[in-house]
Amino acid sequence: MPAPLASAQLPATPPASVARRRVVLLAGCLLLAALPAIAHGAGQPFLIATFTRFVIYAIAAVSLDLILGIGGLTSFGHAAWFGLGGYVVAIAAFHAQDASTLLGWGGSTEALVVWPLAIAVTALVALPIGALSLRTSGIHFIMITLAFAQMLFYLFVSVKFYGGDDGLAMQRRNTLAGADLRDATVFYYVCVACLVAWTTLCAAIRRSRFGMVLSGCRQSERRLLALGYPVYRYKLVAFVLAAAGAALSGALWANAARFVSPDMLAWVKSGELMVMVILGGTGTLFGPIAGAFVLLGVEQLLSAWTEHWMLILGPLLVLFVVFARRGLWGLVAGER
Amino acid sequence: MLLFLEQLLNGLQYGVMLFLLAAGLTLVFGIMGVINLAHGSLFMVGAYAAAAVAGHTGSFALAALAALAAAGGAGLAVEFLVIRRLYDRDHLDQVLATFGLLLFFNELVATLAGRTPLFMQPPAWLGGAVEIIPGVPYPTFRLAILATGVAVAAGLAFLIARTRLGMLIRAGATHRAIVGALGVDIRLLFTLVFALGALLAGLAGLMAAPILAVQVGMGEQILIATFVVVVIGGLGSVRGAFVGALLVGLVDTLARAFVPGLLKQVFAPTTADALGAGLASAAIYLLMALVLVFRPRGLLPA
Repeated sequence: MPAPLASAQLPATPPASVARRRVVLLAGCLLLAALPAIAHGAGQPFLIATFTRFVIYAIAAVSLDLILGIGGLTSFGHAAWFGLGGYVVAIAAFHAQDASTLLGWGGSTEALVVWPLAIAVTALVALPIGALSLRTSGIHFIMITLAFAQMLFYLFVSVKFYGGDDGLAMQRRNTLAGADLRDATVFYYVCVACLVAWTTLCAAIRRSRFGMVLSGCRQSERRLLALGYPVYRYKLVAFVLAAAGAALSGALWANAARFVSPDMLAWVKSGELMVMVILGGTGTLFGPIAGAFVLLGVEQLLSAWTEHWMLILGPLLVLFVVFARRGLWGLVAGER
Repeated sequence: MLLFLEQLLNGLQYGVMLFLLAAGLTLVFGIMGVINLAHGSLFMVGAYAAAAVAGHTGSFALAALAALAAAGGAGLAVEFLVIRRLYDRDHLDQVLATFGLLLFFNELVATLAGRTPLFMQPPAWLGGAVEIIPGVPYPTFRLAILATGVAVAAGLAFLIARTRLGMLIRAGATHRAIVGALGVDIRLLFTLVFALGALLAGLAGLMAAPILAVQVGMGEQILIATFVVVVIGGLGSVRGAFVGALLVGLVDTLARAFVPGLLKQVFAPTTADALGAGLASAAIYLLMALVLVFRPRGLLPA
C-alpha cells in the first residue's frame, strides 16, 4: 500500500492558535473536574446528576463526529447505537434481578462485564447494517441509516417482554469492579473518565494513518480509490467504531437514569446528537463536547425559565446557523 | 376480501396524502438542494388552522381557506427569513436550521392551541358513506381525499410537463446555474416552488385534520414517512414521489391490517399483537432499505 497519506500532515496550524487551543482544552478539563465542587459550593448538589447527563451525551456526540465530521458520513441513525447499548445493560440487569436467563445466561450487574458486552453487541449489530448502508452515499446514506434506526426503534417498541413502549427500569446501578456507583459524584467522575478516554482515543485515531484515510474519504473519495485504498473497508470500520462509542454512552445513560425506553432510539434523539455536533463544530472532536454542554445547558436554563423554551431555542439555532459558520469550537479555539 | 378492498382504499388514500407532502419536499430538494425538516411543520400548521377555524365557524370552506393561507403564509415567511440564506450552504447547516424551525413551530402551535389534540368533523355533505360495491359502505370523505389527491397529482403533472413555469422548474432541477445565467429570476422561481410545496402541505393538513387527531408532533410522524417516500421514488422526481407515495401508503396500511393476524397463526395472540404492530410500523423502513440496497438512486430517479 502506498504511504504518502501517512506522511502528509494536516496544513500547518500557526503556533498562536495551537497555544490557544491548548489553553481552551486545559480550561475545559479543569472545568469538568471542578463541576461537582462548583455544584456543592452553589448549594445545589442535584446539578451533579444534570452535568453527568451532559457528559454522557458528549460521549455520543464525539462518536458521531468521528464518522460525520471526519469521515463525512452523515448518519441520521446514531441514536440507535445509544439505545442499543443502554438496552443491553438494562436487559442484563433485568435477568440478574429476577434470576431468569437469556440464552442460558443469567445476566449481570457488573460494569466490567456488561459495558464491554454492550459495546460488543452494538458493534456486532452495526457491522451488517453499516455494510449495507455504506453501499449508498450522500443523502441516501442519511436516509438508510434513519431507516435502520427506525427498524430497531420499532423492534424495541414491540418486544413487550422487555417493557415495549413503557421501557425497562433498573433497580440499581451497575457495580464497577464490585464498587458501588450509587454516589452521584463517583458516577460523575466515572463518566468523565469515559469521556476523556474516548475523546483521547478518537483524537489518536484522527492523527493516525487510518484517520488520514478517513478524512480523505470526506475530501475526495475518488482520489483515494484511484490511489488504491479500500475505501469501503475504512468507512465500515469507522462506522462500527462510532457505534461502539455511542453504545458506551448508552450504557452509562442506562445507569444514570436507571431506565431505558425506545425513546433512546427515536429519530429525534439522532437529530439532537447531530445538532450537538454541528453546533460544536464538525470534525473537531472537542467541539461536539462543547456542543452537547451548550445545547443541553441552554435547554435546561430556558426550561427552568419558561415552559415554552423551544420557542426560543428554535430561533437561536437558526440564528446560529445563519451567522456563526464555524461552530462553537471555531469561535472559542480559533480552529476550523 | 371485503376487508382487503377497504384496506386497499385506505392505503391509496394515505398514499395520495403522502404524495401531496412528498411532491413539495422533493421539488424543494431537487431544485433548490435544500433538505427541509420543517416541511412536516407546514402540514401541522395547515391541519391546526383548519381544525381551529372549523371549530369556531363550522364552515368547511373557511377552514379550507384558512389551512391553505396559514401553510402558504408560514412557508413564504420561512423561505424569506431562513431558507433563502441556506441555498448554497452545506446540507448539515440546512438540517440544523430547519430542525430549529421544527422546534419553533411545534412550540408555537402548542402555545397558541394548547396541548390537547383538536378534532374536526368532515363537512356535512361529505359526512356520510357510499356503497362502493353493494353492501360495503365506505366514508365519503375518504373517497373525496382520494379524488382530490389524484386531481392534484394530475394538475401537478400538467404544470410540470406543459407550462412555462413547469419548464423552468425542470430546467432548474438539472441546470440551476444555466437557468439563472439565461436571465430567469432564479430567486423568484425558488420562492414560487417553496410556496407551492407549502400550499400542498397545507392541503394535506386540511385532509388529515378530520381523520387524524390534530396534535403537536403530527408533523414529525408524517415527515419521516414522507422522506421514505421521496427516497424510494428518487430524490427530485415528482413521478417517483407519486409511485413511492402509493407504494408506502399501501405497504404501511396493509401491513398494519394483516401482519398481526398472520403472526397469530404462529404466536400467542398477545405476543402476536405487540410484535405485529412493531413489524408493521417497521415495514416501510424495510421497504426503503431494500430499495436503497438494490436501486440506490430510487425507483424513478429524476
